[in-house]
Amino acid sequence: MAEKKSTRQAYGEYLVKLGEKNQNLVVLDADLSGATKTNIFKNACPERHFNVGIAEANLMGMAAGLATAGKVPFASTFAIFGAGRAYEIIRNSICYPKLNVKIALTHSGISVGEDGGSHQSIEDIALMRVIPNMTVLSPADAIETEKMMDVAMAIDGPVYIRLGRSDVPVLFDEDYQFEVGKAGLLKSGDDVTLIATGLMVGPALEAAELLKADGISARVLNMGSIKPIDTNAITEAAINTGAIVTAEEHSIIGGLGSAVAEVLCDGVPVPLERVGVKDLFGQSGKVAPLMEKYGLTANDIVTAAKKAIARK
Amino acid sequence: MAFLEETVRGIRKDIVKMIGKAASGHPGGSLSSAEILTLLYFEQMNVDEKNPRKEDRDRFVLSKGHAAPVLYATLAAKGFFPKAELENLRQLGSMLQGHPDMNKVPGVDMSTGSLGQGISVAAGMALAGKMDNKSHKIYALLGDGELQEGLVWEAAMAASHYQLNNLIAFVDNNNLQIDGAICEVMSPFPIDAKFEAFGWNVITVEDGHDFDELRTAVEAAKKSEDKPTVIICKTVKGKCVSFMENNAGWHGKGPNAEEVKQALAELEA
Ligand SMILES: Cc1ncc(C[n+]2csc(CCOP(=O)(O)OP(=O)(O)O)c2C)c(N)n1
Ligand SMILES: [Mg+2]
Repeated sequence: MAEKKSTRQAYGEYLVKLGEKNQNLVVLDADLSGATKTNIFKNACPERHFNVGIAEANLMGMAAGLATAGKVPFASTFAIFGAGRAYEIIRNSICYPKLNVKIALTHSGISVGEDGGSHQSIEDIALMRVIPNMTVLSPADAIETEKMMDVAMAIDGPVYIRLGRSDVPVLFDEDYQFEVGKAGLLKSGDDVTLIATGLMVGPALEAAELLKADGISARVLNMGSIKPIDTNAITEAAINTGAIVTAEEHSIIGGLGSAVAEVLCDGVPVPLERVGVKDLFGQSGKVAPLMEKYGLTANDIVTAAKKAIARK
Repeated sequence: MAFLEETVRGIRKDIVKMIGKAASGHPGGSLSSAEILTLLYFEQMNVDEKNPRKEDRDRFVLSKGHAAPVLYATLAAKGFFPKAELENLRQLGSMLQGHPDMNKVPGVDMSTGSLGQGISVAAGMALAGKMDNKSHKIYALLGDGELQEGLVWEAAMAASHYQLNNLIAFVDNNNLQIDGAICEVMSPFPIDAKFEAFGWNVITVEDGHDFDELRTAVEAAKKSEDKPTVIICKTVKGKCVSFMENNAGWHGKGPNAEEVKQALAELEA
């Protein structure tokens, strides 16, 4: 099995490198710097790390203020508190004035584990995606996290980066290229297209192998850029494979599945099956059994793919 | 008195055991507030373990919801549900979620876990009590780091504005939050003067592990005529487990088998 690393760990480590290159980079946290891994940056560069305490609304407001003065703030906390508690500050003080704030939230999805439903954000993609001026990025592994952070630095405006708590296999190597608005083709195929994001990319690749054993050829797209989304890749997949499955560690309402459905409705409607959390809150538990319980495994993707193909 | 001391000792043992079994959870802030919950549930609050939703009961809101283990251990000790259930803390399908769920656990009056929200809900409960001319009290427990949330002060303003003298909030002033000492991360001090300025009746308890002091404070709070009361309790995070005391590292981490053994030995002594 490949090396494993959480995207939050990659984030904390790479912040140090970005901070060396750009003296305007500042990092803000809200009493979770050990968990978000911004403490790695804090240790390297204490004068540019600010812990605002347990105050997520102020976290985002101060980030906005710093950005007006030319700083490049990375604001971090858990996804539930950043995208949730501070939602309207992100909307009105960061996105409406199009300020250059990078919002990097960890502990997204149900892979938070034991802390339970109150802490498992299954709606942050929906919340961030709906705001004008926002770019929404969801890395599948440690390498993609770094590449997305480079891209975020190059964007003059708000960017949301969705990070996870649990260790996930490293899928890409240093040569991997990430472009905003572009899907990554991980596997060619003709019968169905599996479009995955975040930690569901691994299970999607696994599902493609399982489908192959059943004589089904599945294309796999990594949709790291959720907004803007790769309309061309989705439309092409619809035309060439005629059936699509989305897979995300998020509610099936408002996330990747919805974004893909929007593109299909506007262009080439084909059968779509959405693998994700089915309008339910999460709960406490260990990660693997939770993923099973909530239908977020390779087998669930296989079942969905067969269903989508049958609907052709 | 001996009864409360024995009860709180048992609650502490259960906290350590259940978090050890779950291998995750929040021992520090559970142990620091054990006396507060013990006094409330075993002496001060009008609750009925046979009828958890009894209409005229006193309510308790664990605004610092991560201290769920102390609430679960207290409710189990009081007989709201069998103690054996504590073994299922944080397990898939368990009623004992990482943070309290009012629809799953008998005796839990409000679902909490996102800091700052519980005190706001408690103010709403107290307002309802006033509207309905009820005499029951609403108790809430806040962390001292939690005081950094703006929502706490929005609720504080409203509670005095509506003269919610039926609201009694405790601050578990253990001086630590996740990233370290509260005065180093983002000082909430002075806590007493802040609440006073917001129109609250303020009582300071110098030793938040002393039942007599806590009792005197609660009894005074119950007599408040037109103001909500805050009882600021000076406590020790991780209280009674030597290696956890005053150590931010034990905020949210499960002890291993060896550590559980040592902690239980200390609690027996
Ligand atoms: C809104 C919100 N932000 C962040 C957290 C994560 N968190 C859980 S406990 C905690 C520290 C709490 O410190 P304090 O209130 O002092 O609690 P205690 O010391 O009593 O455990 C934090 C930041 C949370 N639960 N809710
Ligand atoms: Mg504290």
